[in-house]
Amino acid sequence: MDNFAFQGLIGLSMAMYLWLISAGLTIIFGVLRIVNFAHGSLFMVGAYLAYAFYGQMGLPFWLAIILSLLGTGLLGLVMERVFLRRIYGIDEAYQLLLTFGFILILDDAVKIIWGGVFKIPPIPAFLDGSWPVFGRSFPIYNAFVIAVGLAVAVGLWALFEKTWWGRTVRATASDREMANAIGINVPWVFSGVFAFGAMLAALGGAIGIPVRVVAPGIGAAMIIQAFIITVIGGLGNLKGAFVSSLIVGVLSAYGTLFFPVFELFFIFVIMAVVLLIRPQGLFAR
Amino acid sequence: MTGHPPSRLAMLLLAALVLALFLLPWVAGRYPIYLAIQVLILAVFSVGFNLLFGYSGLLSFGQAGFFAIGAYGCAKILLAVPNLLLGLAGGVAAAGIAAVVLGILSVRHTRIYFSMLTLAFGMMIFSIAWKWRDFTGGDDGLVGIPRAPLEIPGLLSIDVSAMGHYYYVVLVLSLLAIAAMYRLVHSPLGLTLQAIRDSETRAEFAGVPVRKYRLIAFIIAGLYAGLAGALLTPLENTVTPPVAHWSTSAEPVMATLLGGVHSFAGPIVGAFFFFMIKDVIVRYTEYWLIWFGVIVVALVIGFPGGIMSIFAKRRLPWRPARPSSTQPDKPAASQRHDRISED
Repeated sequence: MDNFAFQGLIGLSMAMYLWLISAGLTIIFGVLRIVNFAHGSLFMVGAYLAYAFYGQMGLPFWLAIILSLLGTGLLGLVMERVFLRRIYGIDEAYQLLLTFGFILILDDAVKIIWGGVFKIPPIPAFLDGSWPVFGRSFPIYNAFVIAVGLAVAVGLWALFEKTWWGRTVRATASDREMANAIGINVPWVFSGVFAFGAMLAALGGAIGIPVRVVAPGIGAAMIIQAFIITVIGGLGNLKGAFVSSLIVGVLSAYGTLFFPVFELFFIFVIMAVVLLIRPQGLFAR
Repeated sequence: MTGHPPSRLAMLLLAALVLALFLLPWVAGRYPIYLAIQVLILAVFSVGFNLLFGYSGLLSFGQAGFFAIGAYGCAKILLAVPNLLLGLAGGVAAAGIAAVVLGILSVRHTRIYFSMLTLAFGMMIFSIAWKWRDFTGGDDGLVGIPRAPLEIPGLLSIDVSAMGHYYYVVLVLSLLAIAAMYRLVHSPLGLTLQAIRDSETRAEFAGVPVRKYRLIAFIIAGLYAGLAGALLTPLENTVTPPVAHWSTSAEPVMATLLGGVHSFAGPIVGAFFFFMIKDVIVRYTEYWLIWFGVIVVALVIGFPGGIMSIFAKRRLPWRPARPSSTQPDKPAASQRHDRISED
């Protein structure tokens, strides 16, 4: 039983990476109506930038994370203002294709800059070590990841429900024409939301660097996971993304423990079943 | 995409091209022939894909699933019975059966939900190929698959183990498949699919069973993907799980985009340029994907009609992103752009 609960806790920390990347993906979809195929690559860029600032330059861990967020946010801003902006009008298939092009570029770009070999920088001293939980030792770093994920969840809720900025974004999401009419600068809301979503993905990538592998392929792996979660939670549904991150994260922790062979298969089955039965997501109102 | 019959000049050029393809093994070495086979396989794959994407407006991100079923199906048969035709037919049939089952489910959706659903199905097939070690060989894949003779018992038996011989098998089958697709898109079926793509509502009012037509397109695309996959197996003598990965699904997408969505020849031209560009870039740098990414981005932004649009007599208007009943003929680009324009 303790083993079961412990594995659940491990799953919870896995769920937080999934939550951070799918939060950005689903916010971007909710407001811009764009499925950002390159969102996993932004997660990867966040991880590499954090690695560069922390592992290579030796800056403090927290500073490296902040710089990585700013760098990735800037990249997102450029992607939206220079490229995506031009194709909002045409078939959404081209949005998928354009962002697919970004995946190819970013994947190879990190290989050119940092090489194809994977990196694992050391865990910062103040987060190293472990606590005894359920008779086993639970890494403090996993607890840190869970704390960051929960803090982001609370922060996003407060941002969207309690602030002027959040209301502006929600207004734009529900009716961009009306938002434009009442004086909201819709193009800048789009840019801001895209950059913000990129920063959320980067945060997921950046806090993962000491415990997950920093490698060129992580973006492609993460985007599929993020798709699964946003689909299960409902495209554009932030609360749904949070709940389904928890479900998928914890389920795959148990999956790898009890039936490792079919873990991946069953997750895609869940995704397909949700799409077929409730395409608006499990948690739509 | 529709309409006017090909001119006499176009027919002459086509005949010259086909003749050149048949003469290729006399002038080219092993590597160009290998490359030509790859181009033909991707052309078949992409032509099938574009029946779904260009003609029916459904962007599938799971075609690699059917490609892999064709490849694995052919491999399993050839390992048991060394008969090339049986292997190819078995691979295509297996892909067709999968396309019927997954198609019935997939065509319940359109647009982004269709893309997501096909992605999920494709990745399910990938995870089976990767994890079901007893049947698929797991991540090692299936190896030592013979390039079996082309054999009809009692009638003929042709040895195609040489690359140049196998090339003819692929060439004949690809040309037949492409010709069949040409007939198909100009048949009432092809025109109906385009009508549904342009306005689902209008097609429905005209009494077209929309979902049934989409299912037919989906199955045909699956058969073409299966044929392409089955043709790859005897060429490579191995099959490994990456053939089922979504990055394989992206290859016909890129080829089609490169050549042009709104032209029948687009995916074929695109398949050629896909391998040419890759081959040229790989000579200079191992990072060929970044340049491909740049090309994809440049095409989407600057030349969404692909290479073939350079030759098009007139540019076709964009399919409305959100078909509106009031102004069906006005391109949605300008509508949507007005709405979110800078002020």
